[in-house]
Amino acid sequence: MMTPASEIPAIDVTDLTVAYREKPVLWDVDFQSPQGVLLAIVGPNGAGKSTLIKTILGLIKPAAGRILVLGNRYRPQTRLIGYVPQRTSVDWDFPTTVLDVVLMGRYGHLGWIRRPEKEDYRLAMECLEKVGMTDFAHRQISQLSGGQQQRVFIARAFLQDAPIYLMDEPFAGVDAATELSLVSLLRELKNKGKTVICVHHDLQTLRDYFEWVMLLNVRRIALGKVEDVLTEENLRRAYGGRAAFLMGKGADEKESWTS
Amino acid sequence: MLSPQVEIIILACLTAAACAVVGVFLILRRVALMSDAISHAILLGIVVAFFYTKNLSSPWLLIAAAITGVLTVTLTELIIHTQKLKKDAAIGLVFPFLFSIGVIMINRYTSDVHIDSDCVLFGEIAFSPFNRFVLGGTDLGPLGFWTMGGIFLANLAFISLFYKELKLATFDAGLAAALGFSPLIIHYVLMTLVSVTAVSAFEHVGSILVVALMIAPPATAYLLTDRLSHMVILSALLGMAAALSGYFMAYYLDASIAGSMATMSGVIFLLALIFAPERGLLVKYVLRRWQRWEFPTETLAVHLLQAEMTQADDTEHVVSHMKRHMLWPDEFTSEVIARSIEEGIITKDGNKLILTDYGREKAKVAIAQS
Repeated sequence: MMTPASEIPAIDVTDLTVAYREKPVLWDVDFQSPQGVLLAIVGPNGAGKSTLIKTILGLIKPAAGRILVLGNRYRPQTRLIGYVPQRTSVDWDFPTTVLDVVLMGRYGHLGWIRRPEKEDYRLAMECLEKVGMTDFAHRQISQLSGGQQQRVFIARAFLQDAPIYLMDEPFAGVDAATELSLVSLLRELKNKGKTVICVHHDLQTLRDYFEWVMLLNVRRIALGKVEDVLTEENLRRAYGGRAAFLMGKGADEKESWTS
Repeated sequence: MLSPQVEIIILACLTAAACAVVGVFLILRRVALMSDAISHAILLGIVVAFFYTKNLSSPWLLIAAAITGVLTVTLTELIIHTQKLKKDAAIGLVFPFLFSIGVIMINRYTSDVHIDSDCVLFGEIAFSPFNRFVLGGTDLGPLGFWTMGGIFLANLAFISLFYKELKLATFDAGLAAALGFSPLIIHYVLMTLVSVTAVSAFEHVGSILVVALMIAPPATAYLLTDRLSHMVILSALLGMAAALSGYFMAYYLDASIAGSMATMSGVIFLLALIFAPERGLLVKYVLRRWQRWEFPTETLAVHLLQAEMTQADDTEHVVSHMKRHMLWPDEFTSEVIARSIEEGIITKDGNKLILTDYGREKAKVAIAQS
């Protein structure tokens, strides 16, 4: 019997191993994400979270393993994946405007050589409006705050209009208010039936923001619904002894750590 | 028929513009040193091609130089890929190696022809008008017009055709790759253009000054604009300005034309560094001086507003309070008061300080922001 299209995993990674020189960064990882969910990839520093999404995108060559995107091998030309890199991975002093950066989300649709036209500009402005940055359209990007930079990246992702989004730490270095508005933007994507997969750092907010989670530390520790995966046992396996703190069980506990 | 003087000026402008437009992307990709590497390493290609053709104006020299340029980039990338060395060290390793092989080959085998180290390092644009492009008995001007002009147009065509791709791959290589615009291919094509430009330019201005013409005008343009397209056009214009002013400097000082061009490109950069409207040092200095007084005058206004609202303190008390609690020396306090009056934040009535409406607004805004 054929699997219905909506039940094919958005991302289906099998036995993935990635190594920098001899050191494995990802070891024999299996990872399936259902369609239309908000999924967080969580794990300690050096767990291979960014490497995993870069490998899915084909930016890093795996040593072994198979990657399927909506049931097929991934080629960028299919435009199935929208990518939001880490905000700090680009040079914000680059001589360009906010609108131009958002327009880059349209480049995949345009293909080689063709320049953006009126319609593309209109769509880009629409996406800027969604993230509340219309007034900034013609600003030089170096004038943006961290939160505004991230909004611009999200607007660019909106414009890519892909069924699946891979985002590398979309909440890194933004203030609490911006974080909440970004979350609602991600929910909006999800409500449109998109699959949104984020590298995430903060276990405290995991339960509020995401419904699915993969715990990763070079190997896959656990994958599933947040409430099933977020057990002390799993966290200890991913993070070692610091798990209790990371769970943030009691406010008192947290106080004693921060003071 | 143009006079040799005019021919040299036109050629200098073409060379500078061709170098500047590719230099923009070297700067933005933070591989400025690559221009140094390529402009030196291509010597090897030129010498090898000269071996076979025995002709200094053969197009094979251009092709061989382009291949050596790409070889330089490839070797550098290979060394970086081993993760044993950083980029600058890898570049510094590769190009002197290729360059020195070229130098040895010149010394060893070509001592009887006109290709010597001096000419390689400094070039001689003053001789360029002697090398004519003659087709069917008609003199079509210096050959340099055709090669340098052709390369300038090729660079411009490439940049305008693949403007979007260059911009994306330079700004965000990750997204470029994810969208299927191979940043690696774009990188290599760009480096090929840099090589071809360098080999044609170096005949006129030498391998060291090629670097100045590739880096200084774009670096200047970077200070003056915040649009990539403007930066490309401005770089070409600034390069030409350096070429023109350099030519006349050389004329009056009776010095090397190429050397003067490079000097002028440095001088123009320096002027921009100081006087650029937004990023210049002068503007920053003025801004900092202004900001130095911004905070104390604001603080004074806030304290005066509080005194006004509580009516518990008179303003003389406020001033002594500022001196005591903010540790403001007398001189500084009088300066702050004088500046506040100058900016219309307060007025003075005898010894009494009174907030103006503007000052009151300013204080309220400052409180709201804190």
